[in-house]
Amino acid sequence: MSAAFVRMEPLPPQPAPFAATGMWGWLSRRLFATPGDIAMTIVGFAAFVLIVLPLFRFLVFDAVWTGKDREACVNAAGACWPFVAAKFNQFVYGFYPYEELWRPNLVFAAGMLLLVPLLIPSAPFKRLNAILFFGVYPIAGFVLLTGGNLDPQRFVLGRFIRISDYVDLDAWRGMRATFWIDFAASALLITLAVAIVARIFGTRISASLKAMAVIFLALAILIAPVDADFGLRWVETREWGGLLVTLVVAISGIVAALPIGILLALGRRSEMRLVRWASIAFIEFWRGVPLITVLFFATYMLPLFLPGGANIERLVRALIGVALFSGAYMAEVVRGGLQAVPRHQYESAAALGLGYWKTMGLIVLPQALTNVIPGIVNNFIGLFKDTTLVQIVAILDLLGQVRAAFSDPNWSSPTTLYTGFAFAGIIYFIFCFAMSRYSLFLERRAGTSALRVEGAMR
Amino acid sequence: MNDLATTSEAVAVEMTGVNKWFGAFHVLRDIDLKIARQERIVICGPSGSGKSTLIRCINRLEQHQSGRIVVDGIELTSDLRSIDAVHADVGMVFQQFNLFPHLTVLENCTLAQIWVRRRPKAEAEEIAMQLLKRVRIPEQANKYPAQLSGGQQQRVAIARALCMNPKIMLFDEPTSALDPEMIKEVLDTIRSLAQDGMTMLIVTHEMAFARQVADRIIFMDEGQIIEMNRPEEFFNNPRHERTKRFLSQILD
Repeated sequence: MSAAFVRMEPLPPQPAPFAATGMWGWLSRRLFATPGDIAMTIVGFAAFVLIVLPLFRFLVFDAVWTGKDREACVNAAGACWPFVAAKFNQFVYGFYPYEELWRPNLVFAAGMLLLVPLLIPSAPFKRLNAILFFGVYPIAGFVLLTGGNLDPQRFVLGRFIRISDYVDLDAWRGMRATFWIDFAASALLITLAVAIVARIFGTRISASLKAMAVIFLALAILIAPVDADFGLRWVETREWGGLLVTLVVAISGIVAALPIGILLALGRRSEMRLVRWASIAFIEFWRGVPLITVLFFATYMLPLFLPGGANIERLVRALIGVALFSGAYMAEVVRGGLQAVPRHQYESAAALGLGYWKTMGLIVLPQALTNVIPGIVNNFIGLFKDTTLVQIVAILDLLGQVRAAFSDPNWSSPTTLYTGFAFAGIIYFIFCFAMSRYSLFLERRAGTSALRVEGAMR
Repeated sequence: MNDLATTSEAVAVEMTGVNKWFGAFHVLRDIDLKIARQERIVICGPSGSGKSTLIRCINRLEQHQSGRIVVDGIELTSDLRSIDAVHADVGMVFQQFNLFPHLTVLENCTLAQIWVRRRPKAEAEEIAMQLLKRVRIPEQANKYPAQLSGGQQQRVAIARALCMNPKIMLFDEPTSALDPEMIKEVLDTIRSLAQDGMTMLIVTHEMAFARQVADRIIFMDEGQIIEMNRPEEFFNNPRHERTKRFLSQILD
C-alpha cells in the first residue's frame, strides 16, 4: 500500500447522533439522569406545589373580585381586589386633585410615546426623539405636573441693584419684566467679562463669545417656560403620590445617574491628581452613607444650613439626593467597563489625532458601556426599588400610598394587607422585569461585541 | 550620516541625541537619525532592542526624555498643540491592528476624518472608499473588524491611517501577528505605497521584503543604532559583529 493519499470526493455531513428521542428520552436526559438530578427534580416540584399553587389560589381562585366596601371581603380567603379598584386613583396619583388628573395622564402618555420609539433601535428620528425626551419632556413634564409659573425674582445683577427702581413694566403672561431685564443685562455683562479675560489670556474670543451665547440661550430656554403662566393651577408636591412619585423619582434618578456616573468614573481615572482625588472622595462619601441618611439629611437638615430664602422644594431635594447617590454607584460600574477597554484602543485613537474627549466619547465609552450593560441595568433596577425609601421623609410613593390605604376602616378585612402588598409587588415586578428583559435584548444586540473585541485582539 | 538627507526642507524626521528610559532601563541611547522625504527605512533588530519605542517616539505615543525630535518641521515638546499636529500628520499601523471593534470598517476609516479633519461625512466616506479600494477590500466596508481575517484587518488599519493624508507612515511590525498565508497581502499593500513615494519607517523581520523596499536599513541592539546602510551592502557586507550574528541567525 502506498503512503500517498488524495481524497477524490468530499465526505458528506451526517446527522448528529441522539442517545434517546421522544418524551421518555427527554425526561430521562433532563430530569432523572443522575441521583442529583432526581433530587433537584423532586425539590423543584415540591416548591412548585407548596409556593406557586397557594399563591395562585390566593391571587386568583379564592380572590374576591367585586364589592363596594369591606363587607365583600370580610370572609374572604383570597385577595380583596375591590380594595385595589377603589383605591386605584390614590395608588397611581396620590392626592393629586381629581379635576387636574389629565395633567399626570398627559405626562404618562407623552412619556410612553417618546420612550417606546427611543428604546426600539430601528425606529426613525432617533436624534429628534432623544432631544424631545431628554430636553423638552422634563421641562414640559415639570410645568404640567406642578403648574409652572415659578416667578423668579432676581438673576445676578438684581442681587446688587434694585431694578424695579428704574423700570416699571407689567408682567407679561406671568413673566416679570424686571427679572428678564436683569437676565439680559447680567448675560451681557458676564459675556463682556469673559471676552476681556479671553483677550488677556489669548484664547480665541469668538469661540468664548459663542460658548457664552449658547449657555445663556440655554438658560433662557430653560427658565422661560417654567416662569411663564400657562393658566395651570399650582399643585404642591405634597399632594402628589403613588406611582406618579415612584416614576418621577426613579426616572429622574436613572436619567441623572448615568451621566454623573460617567463623569465620576472618568474623573477617578484622570491623570490630574486633583480631579482624581475629588472623584474618589465624592464616590466613597456617597457609597459610605445609607440612602435613608441621605434623604433624611436632604429633607430635614439641609434647610438649616442653607441661607434664608434658598428653600428648595422637598421632592426636589429628595431627587437630588437620589441622583447623587445612584451616580456614585454608577461610577464604579462604569469604571469596571473602562478598565476592560484595552490600552491599544487609546493608542490607536491618539495616533489618529483624537483628543481626550473625542477618544472617550467615540472610542472608549461606547465599548466600556456595552461591556457593563448588565451592571448598569442592575443598578437601575436597584434604584427603582430604593425609591420607596422616600417614605422616610414623608413623601408617599406607590408603596407608601398602599400602606396609607390600609388604615381606611371602610376596607379593613383579613386580606386587605396582603392584597395591597401583592398589588404593589406586581407593579414593581412589571417595571423591573421589563428593564431586565430590555437589558437582555440590548446585550444580545451588542452581543457580537464580545466576539468583536476578541476578534480585534486576535 | 547618509548623504540622502541634507537640506532641511527635504528632511521628514530628524532625531538628535534622543534618550529614553523606562524606569531605570535605558531603552533608547543617543539616537541620531535623519530621514529624508520619500525615504523608506526598515528597522530591524532583536526583540527588546528599542525598535518599536523609537518609532513610537516619532508620533509621541512615548515621550523621549532628552534630545530633539523634529517631525515635518515641528519639534516635539510637551506643548499639546504640537502633539495634535504631529498625530494627525503621522500615520501609524500597529502589530495588533487596533481597529475599533464597535465600528464598521467604513466607520473606522471615516471617524478621524470627520472629527479631526472636520470633513463632511459624504466626503469622508468617499475618501475612505477610495482607500479601501486601494487596499483591495471595498466589499468589506460594512462589516465589523471581527468578521475579517487578520490580513484584511491590517489592510483596513493601513487604509484608516491613509485616510488622514499622513506625510509619514510608521509601521510597527505590521505582519508579526499574521498567519503566514496573510503576510503577503499586507506586504504587497505596503510595497504599493512605497512605489507612490510615501515616507515610511517600517519595523519588521521580513528580510526579503526589506531588501526590496528599503532605501536604508537600520539595525538596532540594546537601544542603539548599530549599523545603517543601503540594503545590498547591509545584507552582503555587514560590518558590525552583532549585525553579522543577527543576520546569520535570521537568514539561514
